[in-house]
Amino acid sequence: MAAKKTVSLGKEISKGLILENPVLRLILGTCPTLAVTTSVKNGLGMGIAATFVLLGSNLVISLLRRVIPDKVRIPAFITVIAGFVTIIQLLMEALVPSLNESLGIFIPLITVNCIILARAEMFASKHAVLPSLADGLGMGAGYTAALILMGTIREIIGNGTFFDLGIPGLQAGGYIEPMLIMILPPGGFFVFGILIALANKLSDKAGKETQEDDTICAGAISDQTACLLCGGCSFGRSGVQNQLQADEGVRRMAGKAKPDKSGDGGDNA
Amino acid sequence: MKEMLIILFSAILVDNFVLSKFLGICPFLGVSKNLKTAMGMSMAVIFVMVLATAITWPVFYLLLAPYDLGYLQTVIFILVIAALVQLIETFLKKALPPLYQALGIYLPLITTNCAILGVAILNIDQAYGFGESMINSLGAGLGFMLALFLFSGVRSKVDHADVPRFFKGLPITLVSAALVSIAFFGFKGLIENLFS
Repeated sequence: MAAKKTVSLGKEISKGLILENPVLRLILGTCPTLAVTTSVKNGLGMGIAATFVLLGSNLVISLLRRVIPDKVRIPAFITVIAGFVTIIQLLMEALVPSLNESLGIFIPLITVNCIILARAEMFASKHAVLPSLADGLGMGAGYTAALILMGTIREIIGNGTFFDLGIPGLQAGGYIEPMLIMILPPGGFFVFGILIALANKLSDKAGKETQEDDTICAGAISDQTACLLCGGCSFGRSGVQNQLQADEGVRRMAGKAKPDKSGDGGDNA
Repeated sequence: MKEMLIILFSAILVDNFVLSKFLGICPFLGVSKNLKTAMGMSMAVIFVMVLATAITWPVFYLLLAPYDLGYLQTVIFILVIAALVQLIETFLKKALPPLYQALGIYLPLITTNCAILGVAILNIDQAYGFGESMINSLGAGLGFMLALFLFSGVRSKVDHADVPRFFKGLPITLVSAALVSIAFFGFKGLIENLFS
């Protein structure tokens, strides 16, 4: 029994790292991913901050899952998340002021990061404390890994450094001049696009479906409500059907019915 | 007046919320596929952004700052925005049904749109006055609309292009967003020259 439990906990942790990587596979939390990955240090700092909030909110929400009324669960979740964000904000201000400065507004904005709310809605509110913590840890680690990967690529090509250490031959006057555009906003979009294409290719080899356009926020689609929270993900498809779907989602959000699993992408969860 | 215009135009063009500040990327990628939904979403964003600023600014300076409660900013702001969106929705439904028809379905989506909370926090961070904050929010919303409008045009072309299989969908969308973002660099330096 105990052995079985550790296996499943391990699975919860490892799924966030690769198969359900929140950034590259589920496409959640894109704003900070693009904005803070101008260097490895910023990516790591953001990853750790988000992991902290994810662990804390998953823990508390999982503990309170029988207490929070279904109708007001979203505001309740947001309040819990905002509380943990305030804690990490104060901690970072005191301990690592320079990092806090460079991450700037994206620390308070962890509150509205899709990853955290999606995990609260899809996982923590339905599972016991230990699996929720494991899920938070795995998702946080996957998020951090993706941020570090993007930060590494952008910092090396754009600035010729890695973790603020100069790489010989890649700095101004070396073999290859640093391409400043990579640490500017367009570089963020570009590297992110290439990485998702790469993730598609790799998972295609492993026999998984390719990430299609319809599945922006794919992870959240297994639960339309969470998807809607990201701010319009379900509009990926076209036409009236969308509006109907959104309407239905809104009604669900009003708490009329417990969200049921809808077909598309449901196997992803 | 000149300062106001500078704030307005730099929020729309130079510091475009989507393309250079990376706020509101989710709806930018999600609803930009079709011009009609893009415009509906943008209108709702502008509407809520301006109203949210009109409420969060006084809340910060009249309630939080005098009692040294600045650290509660994040919690209070997100709750105010969530409540405000709910209130607007209920109000529009009863009082202005045509407007509700137009914006209604987008409203619940933008509670957690980071551009809304972002603009509220940025106004405080930049120590803008009330008027400046309102102008900045309006500019940010218009910038969001401009980015969505331009990008939905780009996307309708990209959709018909024959791209490598693994780039289909989101990856090619992001790469084209990079190009649109480069185009916005053309506006750097525009503001100083425009009003000097």
